[in-house]
Amino acid sequence: MDNRVRVLEVRNVTRRFGGLVAVNDMSFDVHEQEVMGLIGPNGSGKTTMMNLISGALRVSGGDIMMDDQLISDMPARHIARAGVARTFQLVRMLPTMTALENVMAGAVFGHKKLWGRALQVHAMRQLERVGMGTSAHLPTSALTYIDQKRVELARALAANPRIILLDEWLAGLNPTELRTGIELIADLRAEGRTIILVEHVMDAIRSLCDRCVVMNTGRKIAEGTPAEVLSDDEVIRAYLGDDDD
Amino acid sequence: MTRKEVIYAVLVLAAFAVLAFIPSLPNSAAVLSLVIPITMYTVLATSWALFSGPTHYISLATAAFYGVGAYMMAPALEVMPYWMVLPIAALSGALLAALVGAMTLRLSGVYFVIFTLGLAEMVRQVITWYQNNFAGTRGNYVFVDINDAQIYWQLLALALLVYLVGWLINRSRLGFAIRIIGNDELVARHSGINTARAKILLFMVSGAFAAVVGAVMTPRFVYIEPAMAFNPEVSFLVVIMALLGGVHRLWGPLVGAIPFALTWEVIASNFPAQTVLLMGIAFLLVVYYIPSGVAGIMEKVYFRARQQRREVSHG
Ligand SMILES: Nc1ncnc2c1ncn2[C@@H]1O[C@H](COP(=O)(O)OP(=O)(O)OP(=O)(O)O)[C@@H](O)[C@H]1O
Ligand SMILES: [Mg+2]
Repeated sequence: MDNRVRVLEVRNVTRRFGGLVAVNDMSFDVHEQEVMGLIGPNGSGKTTMMNLISGALRVSGGDIMMDDQLISDMPARHIARAGVARTFQLVRMLPTMTALENVMAGAVFGHKKLWGRALQVHAMRQLERVGMGTSAHLPTSALTYIDQKRVELARALAANPRIILLDEWLAGLNPTELRTGIELIADLRAEGRTIILVEHVMDAIRSLCDRCVVMNTGRKIAEGTPAEVLSDDEVIRAYLGDDDD
Repeated sequence: MTRKEVIYAVLVLAAFAVLAFIPSLPNSAAVLSLVIPITMYTVLATSWALFSGPTHYISLATAAFYGVGAYMMAPALEVMPYWMVLPIAALSGALLAALVGAMTLRLSGVYFVIFTLGLAEMVRQVITWYQNNFAGTRGNYVFVDINDAQIYWQLLALALLVYLVGWLINRSRLGFAIRIIGNDELVARHSGINTARAKILLFMVSGAFAAVVGAVMTPRFVYIEPAMAFNPEVSFLVVIMALLGGVHRLWGPLVGAIPFALTWEVIASNFPAQTVLLMGIAFLLVVYYIPSGVAGIMEKVYFRARQQRREVSHG
């Protein structure tokens, strides 16, 4: 029955930090043009999972495939060139560069390889898309945290990625900004991109995600539509348990 | 090229043309003995900053590259003409840099500093050991007919070349990659940059320049020993001058090299026993008080003045 195209396949992936198992035997698929939510209480291993997919960290065990290619043994730059782009939970700007240069950085060496005027125009369009066109020539230190997050998304988009990993990109937005943010992510899916979204904002999860994978202490405890997983007993327990401490 | 760049290029070329006439000044011998070290350190500090400026890796390997270039001159002259030694010196410097880079640039900055410091000493020891055991000499005579004016012209040409190369790198993808790496290596990797390769390439460029400078300087000495060729003082002085001038602009190291090379000539001839102490003090002062260098301060002052002018004209 499942005839959707699978772009990402996570198989029994484990990651240890010394004695701590941050990601424990995780398996899931991500399909083309899907928004998949990766949710779970604090410290459950979501960011680590994103780091494993993007190649920032090596897996301790298991495999990650993109299309039919094993990416879990590739360096981050090759994964980026294959079309995976990301943002960071704690924004990572290139502080000595302008907003525009930050975005240009995403489109020179990776999945997209532009230079010169074409690069400038392309980067500018990405900035405009996230509503930062007028700040193009400001140093990033002059931007608010939220604006830096936008620039970071523009940098990810500049690579024209097939898969975008967003780690709590919507966190900290006010209701108006949140609505624009959600629309933007929906647009990205509409143009054919695949998105993995780590989020705590329930509204965003409900309105955006086609499917959710729920993690707790490194393990997958549920998978399904947002409505399904959010009414799952174990998921509720995991989140409530998290509220207690 | 933009119009501004054309103007800069013309000014730089004019400055070099004027400087090329220094050897025809009256009393040029004395002047040359000052401008040769200044030009030498300008080339060394500028090429050092090409790599260390954007990456923040403090390399103390200059003496190693310089020494390789300096030390190969005498034996190479026995089998080839002088002008052929220079590109070979460049290649040797670049190869040594590639080797060191491949071994250390994946490590963090501290290991890099220590490794590069040890490198000059290690190469020196290896050569000394080889000469003691197999060659039966402690040094080499450099037989080549090259006078100070010719050395100065070669250094001047190298200075012009280092600016040209620096300018080309700054506007290239490699230059952009290295700026991204200096800002955030993780972001660089996620942008598809081969960070190790970019760093090694730039390190090779700076190693090549230092080796050629070493080769060019050698004819000043009739007899060269490993201890002269691989002098760690060169490494430290280059770092001080580059940081003093500022490593974020191509012209920064020049601003540091001119006054400091002059000061150093005075210090070295008047307090030869205290050079290490004075060098250490200078190092600490530069790092503590002018981390962005004179160039950084000059730019800040300039921008502030411009801003004030703008405020005045608007208000
Ligand atoms: N580099 C690291 N070294 C050691 N431990 C780590 C490292 N990165 C993460 N951890 C640990 O792994 C566990 C999972 O962390 P992770 O950041 O993946 O959680 P998360 O689900 O993203 O949490 P949050 O919602 O707070 O962002 C935590 O216990 C964390 O302390
Ligand atoms: Mg996280």
